[in-house]
Amino acid sequence: MLLIPCPFCGARSESEFIYGGPVRAARPDPNVVSDADWVDYLTVVPNPLGPVQEHWWHARGCGEWLTIWRDTRTHDIVEAPDEIE
Amino acid sequence: MRLSSRLTTGGRINRDRPLRFRFNGKDYQGFDGDTLASALMANGVRVTARSFKYHRPRGIVGHGPEEPATLVQLEGEDAAGNCPATAVLLREGLSARSVNCWPSPGFDLGGVAQVLARFLPAGFYYKTFKWPGWHLFEPSIRKAAGLAPAPAQPPSSGHFEARRAHADVLIAGAGPAGLQAALEAGRAGKRVFLADEGSEAGGSLLNRTLSIGGRPALDWVANAVAELCGMENVTHLQNATVWAYREHNLLMVNERCPEQDSILERSWRVRAGEVVIATGASERAMVFGGNDRPGVMLAASVQAYVNRWGVAPGKRVALFTNNNSAYAVAADLAAAGLIVTAILDSRRHIPQAALDLVPDLPVHPATVAAGIFGHKRVRAVLAAPLSGDLAKWIRCDVLAHSGGWNPTVHLWSQSRSSLRYDEDLAAFLPDSAVQNCRAVGAAAGDLTLDRIVAGGADLPYAIEPLWRVDVPVQRGRAFLDIQNDVLVSDVHLALREGYANIEHVKRYTTGGMGVDQGKTGNINIIGTVAMQQGVPIEQIGTTTFRSPYTPVSFGAIAGLREGTVLLPYRHTPVTQWNVDNGAVMYEAGARWQRPGYFPKPGESLQEAVNRECRAVREAVGVYDGSPLGTFELKGRDVPRFLDFIYSNVMSSLKPGEGRYGLMLSDDGLILDDGVAFRLDDHRWLLSTSTGHADVVNQHMEKLLQTEFADWHAMITTVTSQWNNATICGPHARDVMQALGTDIDLSPQAFPFMSIRDGMVAGFPARVARVSFTGELSYEVNVAPRHLMALWNKVMEAGAPFAILPVGSESNHVLRVEKGFLSLGHEVDGTVDAYDLGMGWVMSKTKPDYLGKRAVMLRRAGGATRRELVGILPQDPNRQIPEGAPLTPAGCKEATEGLVTACVWSVVNQRWVGLALLENGHARQGETAHVRLQDEVIPVSITKPVFHDPDGTRLRS
Ligand SMILES: [Zn+2]
Repeated sequence: MLLIPCPFCGARSESEFIYGGPVRAARPDPNVVSDADWVDYLTVVPNPLGPVQEHWWHARGCGEWLTIWRDTRTHDIVEAPDEIE
Repeated sequence: MRLSSRLTTGGRINRDRPLRFRFNGKDYQGFDGDTLASALMANGVRVTARSFKYHRPRGIVGHGPEEPATLVQLEGEDAAGNCPATAVLLREGLSARSVNCWPSPGFDLGGVAQVLARFLPAGFYYKTFKWPGWHLFEPSIRKAAGLAPAPAQPPSSGHFEARRAHADVLIAGAGPAGLQAALEAGRAGKRVFLADEGSEAGGSLLNRTLSIGGRPALDWVANAVAELCGMENVTHLQNATVWAYREHNLLMVNERCPEQDSILERSWRVRAGEVVIATGASERAMVFGGNDRPGVMLAASVQAYVNRWGVAPGKRVALFTNNNSAYAVAADLAAAGLIVTAILDSRRHIPQAALDLVPDLPVHPATVAAGIFGHKRVRAVLAAPLSGDLAKWIRCDVLAHSGGWNPTVHLWSQSRSSLRYDEDLAAFLPDSAVQNCRAVGAAAGDLTLDRIVAGGADLPYAIEPLWRVDVPVQRGRAFLDIQNDVLVSDVHLALREGYANIEHVKRYTTGGMGVDQGKTGNINIIGTVAMQQGVPIEQIGTTTFRSPYTPVSFGAIAGLREGTVLLPYRHTPVTQWNVDNGAVMYEAGARWQRPGYFPKPGESLQEAVNRECRAVREAVGVYDGSPLGTFELKGRDVPRFLDFIYSNVMSSLKPGEGRYGLMLSDDGLILDDGVAFRLDDHRWLLSTSTGHADVVNQHMEKLLQTEFADWHAMITTVTSQWNNATICGPHARDVMQALGTDIDLSPQAFPFMSIRDGMVAGFPARVARVSFTGELSYEVNVAPRHLMALWNKVMEAGAPFAILPVGSESNHVLRVEKGFLSLGHEVDGTVDAYDLGMGWVMSKTKPDYLGKRAVMLRRAGGATRRELVGILPQDPNRQIPEGAPLTPAGCKEATEGLVTACVWSVVNQRWVGLALLENGHARQGETAHVRLQDEVIPVSITKPVFHDPDGTRLRS
């Protein structure tokens, strides 16, 4: 069970949170994007072997939606990779 | 009763407190401080089990959690299955039974399986249990090879408990290294959580006769325990196994027999700053012919029975070893008066320090055990010199063997920290840590006391590994895994059949997959694979160490979180009134308790529902609509937010107006349906379906916080801030008038789909004109503390109009008659608004909203859609089960739809239904066919509305 840092509450147990999935690419403008790109946007979800940015909701806490970088190999919560920042 | 094997003195048992117990139906006596295993051994019971596959007689092998052979089933109050006899503390009245044998381990009918053993090679299950023949074998194999059944009843008294704790340092194990670590951390003022699986602290020191600083080592233990007891910052638990090491230093601890009588077991979840793994080491078995015979035991376990429990497992003991530790065992046994008939040592050169411990005992260097004489107990061991000289039988009634020591690295490995193979110790040791943890003592490879505690005196450890005995004179089966009956030949077969990876060998042979998880034998399987493949053992590696370290009962994991404690029911203020008035209560989504129907004495469900429905259609009814999800949204950007999350336009609403809408997810699925009301410019009220309230809340919060963080919109859940009585039926307005209100109730001033604040029956109220029944309705929302008083006034005011309370059964009938949607019935994740005949709800004017592009894209594909229709069974008295399939012409073909609802309509005096049917909209007037197993029911296809199609009643 992870220990997740909430910006308001500090490190709290995963059981207080609801997982919100990985952070995805920005939503394209549906009025200009191609069908194929739109389908990709809907269906291709980041699932790397390594750090992934994901949403967590502190639902049983302060209610904040926050993001963390989690290494899928170790569950370690890590710093954002340089090239993303 | 004579305790045939009990020594007259010694041991950590209380001879003044005898305890009676039963085993396999016979009565015995032991002492306080015994385990079931030591008490059985004291009573001279040697055959205690039958093996899993071959039903060979087995005895007690170990003394702790490593025990591979004797599993018992506890009976009575604390019934439990598959407990190692070595882990069951003796108590008065204990009743236990061996698993796996019938009628008794001494005379076991399943033993005929031994004769069939050649038909049960490794991989038998893989080769046999596959389609199409497996069902022929399964029942008899399961019966013959099953472990204990689950207890038939939960414990009749007491309960399980789960607790959380936080610690600066968690220490697993209270042997010398763990106690030392606890003292250091405790003295430094840290919050220490020390947990040990044994009934008392001391670890291996309890089994041995060592000294620290010239005094008995157990004095040092007692002093350490006393000092820890005096520290307020230290929590010290015994009978508490650290069984799992999870992410971010979360550890699971199972505490048995806590202080309070009412608690059966307590499960701790401990988050620790640092973890100290002081779990000791466990002895591994030697692999040789007949190594499973009753009386073949681990050397340290024989030592433990003598020193800790005052029991002699035999009179004449032979030892077989490849390392020094067995010499200390031999010395202790001789000192206790047992006859040591031989020490067989596979090493050619034995360290002098070891020989000095046993100057008077016969030591046979470069000699191995190559067979056992005796079936139900050991009578002699075949001593085979590695030189090839003549092997000879040596008499003994116990063979104590030691294949060396494995540091107990289970927790270390569960933390994903790495292992390395150490040539000197011939064992896998902790290498580098990936969480904040460290291993100390034997768990770290410091296997002797002198390396752990200053002043500790111990024989230095030395080993030459011997993974299995391989001499020509060997006789009998050599077991690698005694619990799962895995032989050396099984591993060889697995390798021949191509299962070379150690994880595959494990699964193919089932070696190491028993309750004991191969604590004594896994390393020998790895060694056997390495020998056969001619590679170093470190190239083979270990299988994955998984939790739990030892078995944990489901009850302990769950604690009190069962039934309504895990998921409490939710009630409205009217629950008690409903119950008092004869309601049959239902769970109606999201754990809300709602009345299903209100039967009068002798009335059937259908009769009660018909009566309630008639009240709503012909007079007036009232129901408690409080469980509907309700949210208040505030802020200047709420209108554009609602336009984005609903498929239709909400922003055009004026204060006091509301609109029904669909919420879609971006992939075009229908997430929820509900109503949005505009209270004033910047305040809105949303109602959602009961079951989806939490999901809708999450959906809206996520969008607002992650996508539109700069928009001004705030959400407050007000489901429990407003409760309501929904008055519905042609006389609803009369009842409202009788209640007394300052709201103008005329249809012009307060039309359908609008909301008004005012006083009703003397209470501040918010009244909405929505309708889930198709009749004139007023949803009167008041503060929860006022609902019961309002409810009573509604019943009083409604009495002249014969008002009735209506339950969810009637609500279902009324909504089906009107063709109103129910999520989960008509909306199942495949349909869209067009399929439901609700294309009007998909805005043509908004360029973008959630789900728009996906729905358009899917419909552009032109695939056949299932569309919502009404169905009338051509026999009006024929009910159709909900969920029944529709097939073309009723043939046994692929379905073309399903019946989503079917109810008895009081206004139509017949059964009516709703269905999703391929191309249904174009097929109105035609006949479709419901296909049941033995029957085809013809139904006429209609529009999905059976009452007031123009909605004049609902707008009245
Ligand atoms: Zn928080």
